[in-house]
Amino acid sequence: MKQLSTPTPTTTPFFKAIVIGVSAGGMEALMSIIPKLPEDFNCPIIIVQHRSASEDDFLVEYFNRNSKIEVLEAKSNNRIEPNKIYFAPGGYHLMVEEDFSFSLSLDIPVNYAIPSIDLFFESAALAYKNRLIGVVLTGANSDGAKGLKIITDFKGIAIVEDPQTANTPTMPQSALNETPANYVLKKEEIADKLMELCGSTEQIRERG
Amino acid sequence: MNNHEIEELEFKSLLDLIKECYGYDFGGYAKSSIKRRITQLTLSEGHQYISELIPKILYEKEFLDTFLKGMSVTVTEMFRDPWIWKTLREEVIPRLRIFPRLKIWHAGCATGQEVYSMAILLKEEGLLDHSQIYATDFNNSSLEIAQKGIYPLREMRKHTSNYIESGGKESFSDYYTVKYDAVKFNDKLKENIVFSNHNLVEDNSFGEMNLIICRNVLIYFKQNLQDRALNLFKESLSPRGFLLLGDKESIDFSIISNDFVSVSSKKHKIFQIKGGD
Repeated sequence: MKQLSTPTPTTTPFFKAIVIGVSAGGMEALMSIIPKLPEDFNCPIIIVQHRSASEDDFLVEYFNRNSKIEVLEAKSNNRIEPNKIYFAPGGYHLMVEEDFSFSLSLDIPVNYAIPSIDLFFESAALAYKNRLIGVVLTGANSDGAKGLKIITDFKGIAIVEDPQTANTPTMPQSALNETPANYVLKKEEIADKLMELCGSTEQIRERG
Repeated sequence: MNNHEIEELEFKSLLDLIKECYGYDFGGYAKSSIKRRITQLTLSEGHQYISELIPKILYEKEFLDTFLKGMSVTVTEMFRDPWIWKTLREEVIPRLRIFPRLKIWHAGCATGQEVYSMAILLKEEGLLDHSQIYATDFNNSSLEIAQKGIYPLREMRKHTSNYIESGGKESFSDYYTVKYDAVKFNDKLKENIVFSNHNLVEDNSFGEMNLIICRNVLIYFKQNLQDRALNLFKESLSPRGFLLLGDKESIDFSIISNDFVSVSSKKHKIFQIKGGD
């Protein structure tokens, strides 16, 4: 008698990266997300935070103490690996290449910002296409709005911190003005949403 | 296909044309940066689409200069990352005194601000007169600016504070004269500097150097091209020669990582070639 084969469920996660842009009020917002993520959280997270270059070591050390996932500084030509959290170094623009490695540039600031969230999001969208989640958190300028629009142009997912409750609403509000977000969430709700989205496999999303 | 993907196609076709028509191969460069340079050039030429640059490349010979100028990132400072220059002054200069004549190669010098920084450092350490500095770049427009040694006055505040932080020993304003909104560095500083065209993508070694400076150039290269450049530096260094890289650049994981040791801490990005002791 012929055995009916059960289809093996696809376990490859659909989303290949999460990119986060954050500025003024960012430490608090990130602290309400990063510590909640479990140690087996597979999807790489790359964070561009506006700040001065001299804070590089501090940020990486601080979040390493408060994260179950390893936190690193993004370095030129390093391949982006799962189960890691990367911070963009201060004073350089960070970009994602087609082969999912990082590149840095000392180009002129974009909207007074280096690193620029827009440049970073754009390069990530081109590399990851629809398999990218973009998150815009608190901040006092409009950086990230154009970049988030490009992520949604590629049918990636856009999450924006609710301007009503954000420490500094300008940046999330600018993002919402530029593109409708899939989710507008309080900072405390974002980690759960990321876990839910990153738990989805190819199969589920392709059906849905 | 969305507009961003169409732009990717335009960008790739443009790079192919540049290689075919001008002989410059940007294939070894990190794509995102070079694409941003091309988007900026498209805008500054008054166009909307990258592909509008194509007729210029095909039919206007003189556009090459404009193109190369657009491709170079010339954002630079004197004594950039002053703590690195301090380490250079305190830990490398004393070890360079053993050489009867110093040969220094500044690869990818752009508009020359760091070349003059080096000349000033050597002068204060009494080494400038028996040094020869080779300052190279693949962009002739940048080299012309470097050769002139004239920079905007508005940048001098940053340069001066960097100079002081780097352990500068004199009054910085003694090194230049101000005219209107520009400063010109003293000709005396460039007597031992040769400015010339050299492309790290395809050109070879041109002599044995005691110190090679190449800062914030390798960040624009993919691994293969980085390795080519680093190998070229290794081949161009004398025994006990030094290599100075940019703040976010490293020889770790490159093909020459085992041939050098870090001077001071790894953070300072100064490496000395092993052996010869």
